[in-house]
Amino acid sequence: MNTEGATSSGVAKDGALDSSSTAKRNSKKPKYSRFTQQELPACKPILTPGWVMTSFIFVGIIFIPIGFASLFASERVVEIVDRYDEDCVPRNYSYNKLAYIQNNATNKTCTKRLIVPKQMKSPIYIYYQLDNFYQNHRRYVKSRSDQQLRSTASEDVTSNCKPEAVTKNNSAIVPCGLIAWSLFNDTYGFSVKNKVLDVSKRNIAWKSDQEQKFGSDVYPKNFQSGSLIGGAKLNASIPLSDQEDLIVWMRTAALPTFRKLYGKIETDLEANDEITVVIQNNYNTYSFGGKKRLVLSTTSWIGGKNDFLGVAYLTVGGLCLFMAISFILLYVIKPRPLGDPSYLSWNRGTMN
Amino acid sequence: MPEGRRRGIHFSKIYSFACCRSKFEEQHAQIGKRGYSRVVYVNDPDNPEAVQSKYRGNYVSTTKYTLANFVAKSLFEQFRRVANMYFLVVACVSFSPLAPYSALSVLGPLLLVIGATMAKEGVEDWRRRMQDKEANNQKVKVYGRNYTFNETKWMKLRVGDLIKVCKDEYFPADLILLSSSYADGICYVETMNLDGETNLKLKHSLEVTSHLCDEKSFQKFRAVIKCEDPNEHLYSFVGTLCYDGKEYPLSLKNMLLRDSKLKNTEYIYGVVVFTGHDTKVMQNAIDPPSKRSKIEKKMDKIIYVLFSVLILIAFVGSVFFGIETKKDISDGRYRRWYLRPDDTTVFFDPKRALLSAFLHFLTALMLYGYLIPISLYVSIEIVKVLQSIFINQDQDMYHEETERPAQARTSNLNEELGQVDTILSDKTGTLTCNSMEFVKCSIAGTAYGHGMTEVERALARRRGDALPEASDVLSDVQGHDGDPVDSRKSIRGFNFRDERIMNGKWVKEPHSDIIQKFFRVLAICHTAIPEENKGAGEISYEAESPDEAAFVIAAREIGFEFFKRTQSSIWLWELDYETSNRVVRKYEVLQVLEFSSSRKRMSVIVRNEENQLLLLCKGADSVMFGRLSKDGRLFESQTKDHIKKYAESGLRIMVTAYRELGEEEYRPWEEKFQKAKTSLIADRDISVDELANEVERDLTLLGATAIEDKLQKGVPECIEKLAQAGIKIWVLTGDKMETAVNVGYACSLLRQDMKQIVITLDSPDIDALEKLGDKDAIAQASFKSIGKQISEGISQINSVEESAEFGLIIDGKSLEHSLKKNVEKSFFDLAKKCSSVICCRSSPKQKALVTRLVKLETGKTTLSIGDGANDVGMLQEADIGVGISGVEGMQAVMASDFSIAQFRFLERLLLVHGHWCYRRISMMICYFFYKNIAFGFTLFWFEAYASFSGQPAYNDWYMSFYNVFFTSLPVIALGVFDQDVSARFCLKYPILYLEGVENLHFSWPRILGWMFNGVISSIIIFFFTTKSMINQAFRRDGQVVDFEVLGVTMYTCVVWAVNCQMALSVNYFTWIQHLFIWGSIAFWYIFLVIYGSLPPNVSTTAYRVFTEACAPSALYWLVTLFVVICTLLPLFSYRAFQTRFKPTYLDIIQRKRLEDLETQNSSETRPFKQKLHRLRERLRQREL
Repeated sequence: MNTEGATSSGVAKDGALDSSSTAKRNSKKPKYSRFTQQELPACKPILTPGWVMTSFIFVGIIFIPIGFASLFASERVVEIVDRYDEDCVPRNYSYNKLAYIQNNATNKTCTKRLIVPKQMKSPIYIYYQLDNFYQNHRRYVKSRSDQQLRSTASEDVTSNCKPEAVTKNNSAIVPCGLIAWSLFNDTYGFSVKNKVLDVSKRNIAWKSDQEQKFGSDVYPKNFQSGSLIGGAKLNASIPLSDQEDLIVWMRTAALPTFRKLYGKIETDLEANDEITVVIQNNYNTYSFGGKKRLVLSTTSWIGGKNDFLGVAYLTVGGLCLFMAISFILLYVIKPRPLGDPSYLSWNRGTMN
Repeated sequence: MPEGRRRGIHFSKIYSFACCRSKFEEQHAQIGKRGYSRVVYVNDPDNPEAVQSKYRGNYVSTTKYTLANFVAKSLFEQFRRVANMYFLVVACVSFSPLAPYSALSVLGPLLLVIGATMAKEGVEDWRRRMQDKEANNQKVKVYGRNYTFNETKWMKLRVGDLIKVCKDEYFPADLILLSSSYADGICYVETMNLDGETNLKLKHSLEVTSHLCDEKSFQKFRAVIKCEDPNEHLYSFVGTLCYDGKEYPLSLKNMLLRDSKLKNTEYIYGVVVFTGHDTKVMQNAIDPPSKRSKIEKKMDKIIYVLFSVLILIAFVGSVFFGIETKKDISDGRYRRWYLRPDDTTVFFDPKRALLSAFLHFLTALMLYGYLIPISLYVSIEIVKVLQSIFINQDQDMYHEETERPAQARTSNLNEELGQVDTILSDKTGTLTCNSMEFVKCSIAGTAYGHGMTEVERALARRRGDALPEASDVLSDVQGHDGDPVDSRKSIRGFNFRDERIMNGKWVKEPHSDIIQKFFRVLAICHTAIPEENKGAGEISYEAESPDEAAFVIAAREIGFEFFKRTQSSIWLWELDYETSNRVVRKYEVLQVLEFSSSRKRMSVIVRNEENQLLLLCKGADSVMFGRLSKDGRLFESQTKDHIKKYAESGLRIMVTAYRELGEEEYRPWEEKFQKAKTSLIADRDISVDELANEVERDLTLLGATAIEDKLQKGVPECIEKLAQAGIKIWVLTGDKMETAVNVGYACSLLRQDMKQIVITLDSPDIDALEKLGDKDAIAQASFKSIGKQISEGISQINSVEESAEFGLIIDGKSLEHSLKKNVEKSFFDLAKKCSSVICCRSSPKQKALVTRLVKLETGKTTLSIGDGANDVGMLQEADIGVGISGVEGMQAVMASDFSIAQFRFLERLLLVHGHWCYRRISMMICYFFYKNIAFGFTLFWFEAYASFSGQPAYNDWYMSFYNVFFTSLPVIALGVFDQDVSARFCLKYPILYLEGVENLHFSWPRILGWMFNGVISSIIIFFFTTKSMINQAFRRDGQVVDFEVLGVTMYTCVVWAVNCQMALSVNYFTWIQHLFIWGSIAFWYIFLVIYGSLPPNVSTTAYRVFTEACAPSALYWLVTLFVVICTLLPLFSYRAFQTRFKPTYLDIIQRKRLEDLETQNSSETRPFKQKLHRLRERLRQREL
């Protein structure tokens, strides 16, 4: 207690000196400010049981409604996922899918029927989902030329694009690089009750990509003209900014399993409608064991079907409430724990 | 000859100068040989030979860098750190295609970090340069061509220049004294800056040059000095002066050293021998050993741990990468055909998978480099500088009287202050003021002086007595404070209160004649010089020691004012006790028999106005009582009683006596004495001593004086607090055992209830052996005796119940033996068991040795504190050296790491600043590792999903700004401002300091805990983000998460998580913390917006990613919220349960504070009080 007195009196004395002696200004005495004396007003949070409980309960109360809300939103989303890479290979090729896909002569058309489980309100988004496809591989990600895509002037900037940079006679490939070269080329045709569903391919790419990253005066050139053909070919008369499939593809995926937008269906589908999908199964995922899926999905405010987030919110929220309750119970049952281990160890110390 | 010169006194009469006459010694034979080759052409610096010898100029530079080498040298310093070297290599390699990111994004932060450190170095060096400039541009008078003295700058001085230095000026270089204002060519020098001694030293010129005293006489003066080469020995000098074809020996007595000051002498003429860096003081100025704190050393280890982690994960990554790449071509089939494995570079070549894997390993080393915090070193340096500013600015460590604030002279030991385990303290000037105060005396068997000494007061306090003279004590304390409330003017060196003899009342005392004689002895028997302060009319004294000054002052205050000294007489104002008038009396000083440590006494023989011959003598009680005459022992028994009491009160005692000499006895003695003094035979000193002995006998006892070596204010309280904080205190002093023990009691180091273990060699058998002089036998016997005493001590401790405390007292000689190899260990076993240790009679070297051994033996942090030049070794040896910037010189302060004005400030320095700095730095480092691991591992997890190809998950610039902008300021704020509890509570509960001593905040479990937390955070961030966002659309418009969006989302989570984690760990939220923490997060969004709005060729993958893709998506925000809360939960729950079930001291004290703040709910606080009590108990256990 005496130090308290000492310091406070010290402060008082200092204060008196400060006010009384302006003459002593030039002394080496440190000037008083709350900053230099480390006495700034501050809030000093302490983990009291009250605070602990309050924060746990608070997190619980916030999280559980969010969890329910997102689960509910996810519930409203109707999603049809259909894997077709196996089914679309004829029986006789099932042991050598690679030969089937690499053979230009084989018939790649394949028809699948999908049942709409619930009513799907437009727009219905069509995705293709690839598996085990490393679009995030460093060699792959870097194998593009943004400058070339943007303007015709830098058509020859293809240094990053090797080995898909130039043709044999040294003229630049536009768009160059492995990403463009391996453009996805499966196509889907949809019909319900023998009525063909229109697939809109407009506005499936990001606006910024279309406007800024892909030039409206850049046209495909020498594309897929080499001996090895990777994926889809491009219509050389359409500028890159309008090749939305390419733009979507060029926006590389983060993980080896990814979905990409294929198009939109602008009409509603009723429950139990049977959709006939005619698939051109061109793309080779067989060599690396990648699955191919066709996804039809509606969206809600949280996007596509996403139960994970809701469940996760609910779990963590519940956990927090549980913690809060157990804390309260502890507090009620044993306000001051006798079984405090540190307590005991000190006692033991004095005993010996 | 000028008039001023003649008024000097022939001090040679007072001091026995004959012994100072220069003689050629053995060393002089070496002149001209190796190591003694310097030749100085006096007054002729333009002599062609002098020019040829090219001695250095007088320019002194203490800067670390020069303009030319600054860049190279400071860069070299920077890259000596492993981490910085690593980043440099990374930056270089990043220009190659190996790099996973752009070179600029690595180079940017590195340049920023290096630049900041270099700027700091530059500013510091600039300050040093300014100081140098000031010193170098001081003015001095040099004898020039026109045969007058002209002013010039110090730095322009050359070897051989003849200069004039006036009173109170510093010598600009090492000089040989030619002549002075005194006719016999002496001068007084104060060497405070060299050795810290405040007393004046006497220097004198050669007789041949002492007549040179004006400008004309120098006109033709030419001489050559041959002397030793520049060296660092302050106490030796060998040279010869060749003048007029003769050679005269020169020694240190003729030398005036740079940075010492001319005192009491109007002016001197001297010739420059050593300049600039050749001067002895500069030769001594070697860089102090650079000290690094334990935390920093440990931090290096952690950096190595991180490097190993880095190498490990890079290795794991490249193994997987190699396997994956190898599989890309099998049997001529291309697996991942989209990578074109058939036409690839060496980095991804399946045919050379092993080589690719190795190259990938290098790439990975760069990619995961974010595990190593690039900004750690520079942040710590910034933080420490700011912390030092806080220490310097602390008003509570400012000493009003000396106008000195505390000063952190090095900033890299701040946190070490929080871990001190043992304090090794000097006594004089550190625990005590080193101002001797005359407090008591015993005259004619009557004790005078009421004042209570510090020791008595401490004893009274221990016994719990009410202080008997409370009012007196109060006025005493105030008097010490210099409080004007006290009507009696406080006089330095005088704290004597007794109305019986003060204010001239002594004449009414029964033995007034003896009182008169007593004070006359004090007023006459000394070697002090009076100095009249112009204007005030007061007289002050220049004395060789503070004791002596105290005597003269005491005599003055009683009414025997010594005011004038001529070469052969002393003049006093005296109170004539018959007429009660002040009269002038003159005493003719005939002889001075000087004080020496072997004689332990001093006498003067004077003739008073009544033509009586008197021998006045004062000396130590041990030698004086044997010299009393039969009739002179009248008051012996009473005086001895008083002396015993004084000694117990911790006072220094001097006995005074006198003798009347008969003319017939004196004459023949004087003749013999003069002859002995002037003789040149080797045993001159012995014969002088014998003659002195002959006359100093048959004395009549007058009385005894008691002088207090006053304890500094607040020392006992401070020591008590430090002891409560679990700090052990050792006192190392040169004093006698009795004095040391007394002071030990006074400052509560020793307590009445403590058992003392005394180890000493003062036993009869060893004394007997010493007389025989057989060194081996002495050593052996001492060794045996010490060993025995130590083992006895240990068994004594072991036999007693553990509640008792022990104090160990050991003297210098025993210490010397105890520190020898085979007893060392048992000595430390003993010392560790004692709560306080006092080593008395120890030399400076022993002090340093003990310090080193304590440091090595305990392995804990040691702090030594001292004020004088004799403590320098100890200060440099200890982990932390604290200098007292008190009355003694600056030597200790210059060698120290921190300087404070008073010992009591140590409490605040350690318990408050030390504690805070330790917490801050260790938390800061832990947090640094946390944040970099949390970030670095997200990269690794992402790699696992990118077939370890080395593709970073984030945009290059997000990554490089991570350490520099998004997370740097909050951690700096933590390091500078965080406080677990306020200063008041730090002092109130010294137990908190144990956190530092036990190194709780920087123990391996704590560090690994934080690292583990970092890994957990990274897992939560990566997996929860990907799981909740990947594959399905993340917006209403059906867009899916791609590479760019995932990067931004994860990065957002990282920034939030590490900053919120910081907010959780901060104990002290001022607006600065709020600004930095929330500002950093806000800055990330601002950065995203600005960077994203730059054209796509600049912003690449970040182009509009936030504004277009993320911000409108509800999922993005929900994921951020979810992930951030999840990363916080582990630490929060851990802390919640830990404060609940295993509260630390801090938790308890914080709770206590809170409960104190709330209305005093007594039922709530009681258990806490009990707990605190237990904590104290535990602390006591620890001490044992």
